[in-house]
Amino acid sequence: MPPITRGFHGRRRRDIDPARIPPGQYVVEDFPVLSAGPTPRTPLEQWSFSVGGAVDAPSSWGWEDLLALPAETFTVDIHCVTKWSKLDTSWTGVSVDTLLDGVGTQTGYVSAWCDGGYTTNLPLADLTGGRAWVVYRFNGLPLHPEHGGPVRLLVPHLYFWKSAKWVRGLTLTATDEPGFWEAAGYHNRGDPWKEQRYWND
Amino acid sequence: MERAALLERLTSRRAPIVWRTATVREIVPETVQGRTIVLVVPGWPGHRAGQHVDVRLTAEDGYQAQRSYSIASAPESPELSLTVVVFEDGEVSPYLVEELQVGDEFEVRGPVGGYFTWRVQDGGPLLLVAGGSGLVPLMAMLRHHAAQKSDIPARLLVSARSIDDVLYREELASLAGHDGVEVTFTLTREQPEGWTGASRRVDVEMLRAIGLSPTDHPKIFVCGPTAFVESVADRLVELGHDPASVHAERFGPTGE
Repeated sequence: MPPITRGFHGRRRRDIDPARIPPGQYVVEDFPVLSAGPTPRTPLEQWSFSVGGAVDAPSSWGWEDLLALPAETFTVDIHCVTKWSKLDTSWTGVSVDTLLDGVGTQTGYVSAWCDGGYTTNLPLADLTGGRAWVVYRFNGLPLHPEHGGPVRLLVPHLYFWKSAKWVRGLTLTATDEPGFWEAAGYHNRGDPWKEQRYWND
Repeated sequence: MERAALLERLTSRRAPIVWRTATVREIVPETVQGRTIVLVVPGWPGHRAGQHVDVRLTAEDGYQAQRSYSIASAPESPELSLTVVVFEDGEVSPYLVEELQVGDEFEVRGPVGGYFTWRVQDGGPLLLVAGGSGLVPLMAMLRHHAAQKSDIPARLLVSARSIDDVLYREELASLAGHDGVEVTFTLTREQPEGWTGASRRVDVEMLRAIGLSPTDHPKIFVCGPTAFVESVADRLVELGHDPASVHAERFGPTGE
């Protein structure tokens, strides 16, 4: 049993269905920013998105190519490992299923890489089946650089560090390769509903 | 990443991150809105300057709330100190600053964060830029610097609204001017009479005046509210500092 903290009553949110909030999270109305370094800014004419590594047919899209792909607009809840959750966020982007269509691979691991040097690793299964996107609009507007613009990965069923900002590509890898935070003591998968914050959770 | 650095990061995560009961040993008022909470945590595995902890409070009916706070104490300190400044409309910080007493208990787990950290063996020079309570993890670095009797040059720039909002004022005054440590303040809203220091937001000129240039290859740590860190990190890159040398930690909303 955890110790009772004398005099602490807390402030429950009666206006929110508790079933929407993973353990240990609290709901925010604003949109906090977490990144480990300066915000990179790549000009759109130099920007591209690649799918490569252990694939039969690598692919690459320029900015206009990406915008020409079939887009989806959808509303999801997001959960950051630093405890905040933000409900009903609206995004527009391209399903990762679309980007992986026809590349062909035998492996089950992906490393997402980004401007600024950030990486994060995911099982391929977490990026497919309509559960992951590369997004370029937030609430109907172009995605702000602070929040990962021009394009970020969005994997809302995992903690938000997996939704890599400034993403430039997906590399299919033969083995599971821990990314930036995963190598620094955070959980390898990061399921917020299992509260997988740190490596031993 | 270099192999040695990666190996170190992998091995440094060996101590499991589990909840431990913390008992308040002492409370030190710092400013009107902030205090330092000195904790005794049996089994605490130790930390590196710059890391933080998760705090979990449990109400009588079992309701729990978790937040993260930077560690203020040096790794060499026998106790674990957190400095908490009230966030308006907060759920946890008002309790910690206004209600918590010596002898009270809550849970902590950590240390957390393997990137925004510094040890003397990482070398320098150190360029530290703090906005408001963003000073806390940078103070842990300076305390570590002092505890190790290091003479690695360390420059700290503190931006605060007024002199009364500056955490650890006396301790900073005692550290400044020795062992390579220099401290500069800018007071953005209110200045005491006779103030001769800066009174504007951190800009390129101010960062240049600190005296560590990109050719010194400083290790740079910037911590504060999001808008502050965004701005300072951009200015540092403008000045020619390697973006990879700029470690940033942001807190609070974006204001958007």
